[in-house]
Amino acid sequence: MVQNQRPVQLFRNMSAKIAAIPMVLTAMVIFVGCSAWTIFHSFTKSKLLPTTKWVGLDQYERLWSQNRWLISIENLAIYGIFSLVFSLLIGFMLAALLDQKIRFENTFRTIFLYPFALSFIVTGLVWQWVLNPEFGIQKIVRDMGFETFTFDPLYNQEIVIYGVLFAGLWQGTGLIMCLMLAGLRGIDEDIWKAARVDGIPMWKTYLLIVIPMMRPVFITTLVIIAAGIVKVYDLVVAQTNGGPGIASEVPAKYVYDYMFRNQNLGQGFAASTMMLLTVLVVLIPWAYLEFGGKKKHV
Amino acid sequence: MKLIKTLLASTAALAFSTSAFATDLEVTHWWTSGGEAAAVAEFAKAFNEGGDKWVDGAIAGSGGVARPIIISRIIGGDPMGATQLNHGRQAEELVEAGLMLDLTDIAEKEGWKDVVNPVRLLNACTLDGKVYCVPVNIHSPQWIWLSHAAYEKAGVPVPANWSEYVASAPKLREAGVVPLAMGQQSWQTQLAFDTLLVAVGGTELFTNILSNKDAAAAGSAEATKVFDAFATARELAQGANVQDWNQATNMVITGKAGGQIMGDWAQGEFQVANQVAGKDYTCLPGLGVNDIIATGGDAFYFPKTDDPEITAAQKRMASSMIRKDVQVAFNLKKGSLPIRGDVDLSAANDCMKKGLKILAAGNVLPDGVNVLSADTAGQIQDLMSEFFNNTNITVADAQSRYVDIIKNAD
Repeated sequence: MVQNQRPVQLFRNMSAKIAAIPMVLTAMVIFVGCSAWTIFHSFTKSKLLPTTKWVGLDQYERLWSQNRWLISIENLAIYGIFSLVFSLLIGFMLAALLDQKIRFENTFRTIFLYPFALSFIVTGLVWQWVLNPEFGIQKIVRDMGFETFTFDPLYNQEIVIYGVLFAGLWQGTGLIMCLMLAGLRGIDEDIWKAARVDGIPMWKTYLLIVIPMMRPVFITTLVIIAAGIVKVYDLVVAQTNGGPGIASEVPAKYVYDYMFRNQNLGQGFAASTMMLLTVLVVLIPWAYLEFGGKKKHV
Repeated sequence: MKLIKTLLASTAALAFSTSAFATDLEVTHWWTSGGEAAAVAEFAKAFNEGGDKWVDGAIAGSGGVARPIIISRIIGGDPMGATQLNHGRQAEELVEAGLMLDLTDIAEKEGWKDVVNPVRLLNACTLDGKVYCVPVNIHSPQWIWLSHAAYEKAGVPVPANWSEYVASAPKLREAGVVPLAMGQQSWQTQLAFDTLLVAVGGTELFTNILSNKDAAAAGSAEATKVFDAFATARELAQGANVQDWNQATNMVITGKAGGQIMGDWAQGEFQVANQVAGKDYTCLPGLGVNDIIATGGDAFYFPKTDDPEITAAQKRMASSMIRKDVQVAFNLKKGSLPIRGDVDLSAANDCMKKGLKILAAGNVLPDGVNVLSADTAGQIQDLMSEFFNNTNITVADAQSRYVDIIKNAD
């Protein structure tokens, strides 16, 4: 059978393309459309209701002169870096330990994954109580006889964000562990056997062979963690409500407060545009390396 | 059989006739502490007596939590029947956008202009000559509440003004009592600052800064004194690790704290705890320095709908809230002052009488929420909360930032 002309590229896999239309539309309208609307209004003087009164970069100038915004950014950076590093580290360590064909693996896996079943609101409240000096850890240790023991991270300006970080890690590492465990189980047994025959120590096998092989799993995990970091809001609201003072504020809370409490949409939109920009700055180079660069290798 | 039929028919007819008149109205508010809930039940009772049904939509938290929910529901096209808001500028834009029901006809019919006292409360509900809300009570934030039990424990007499109170603080500390109870929420620290502004700075400074937005006044030496006093309060509150205002009030009730700077709504809590003004606790309006109160308060707004039945019910609710007997019942439970000058409040306690006397003498100020936009008020809250919780911020630093906010206020 001879084909005279190539089928038009557009009509290949027609049914798949039709099926994708709703999602494409959703993405265009909801993500792109609404983002554009938000960015446009961040240049206006919108108060409680959106208006089109143009003020140029005023909202951004005000944003970057706000102490609260700067503290929010700093907190997000601290929370982001530590939660990225520690959840990967702890998650991988737990997964590697569980992978040693230990007994009661199911039980341990359930215990470690359980916190993930709780919402951030519950997590925040639980840790608010645990860290409360009146009836939490401090009280328990003092009751054991250490009268001067002080541990009240949520009431201390300097370290409050680490209290939040701790709760976040407690909640999130279980999931990371499961993803890592799935990745580890995907490694062929023969690789381990070959490494053992060659006399490569276990830690070296993990570091130089297994982890590079788990690259796709790491990327998925990274995306999940990063998305969680940028949108961290409910945990802070439940645990500290930004306090003491404004020491544990985060950008998402700034956006919410300005849009609804202060009834200043323009300022809230400017802040959310900055958040979007930050995500893009991280995302675009990564996407370029991941998807653009790959073609050359294959 | 016939009997059953007639019965059914008559009950159906009855049900129909009442339902033509009875309408369910959802009412959102953030009155959730013990005293507040008891007070709001009085409104519900009065409204239900008319055959309608009050569907309670209390939102826990504080105004800061509830207001965004309320406003986004109105804007999002899912309006409730009625809602509490602090009158003034919070709802200004909603009214301008035509989202609120115009109550002018019943306001004129019932002569609200003549009964509401001070009339400024009604003016705060009025935009372009039309009335859009019902003021229901007068709240004044400028009070300090002192615990007799705590002072007994420390062995010092209960102070009569702010400076005596500050002087007594070390003795309270020695007795293991926190001198000042203060919740962590930012509106509470801001309230304390505004109160000190009236008490320490005086009326003129208060109106110059908040009403006239005079940045020079905010930077003046008198204002520095207020910030100094606020810094003192910051030290006195060390160790009061509570969040909500009623938890802080509870510290005063139980004698764990010497005092609390809080509005007169705190009184409802003392009442629920069966405490007697003058015997178990003392209240000092204007911190005992400056006998003056700002008259803020709560008001009810009625989002506009197309349904004439709902509109009629909304108007019935509005007029029930301002009725004499309802005003008395509500305000006695709430601890606030009624908005009518013509009601009998012989049942009022010691503290309320102090408030009424000041009100009658006309020593009143506009409240911060009436004159500042939500944006400016929010920024001041952030600053006060930051200052109050971070001892590294100096008075000079905080004041210069305060001046900046006032300068850019709208």
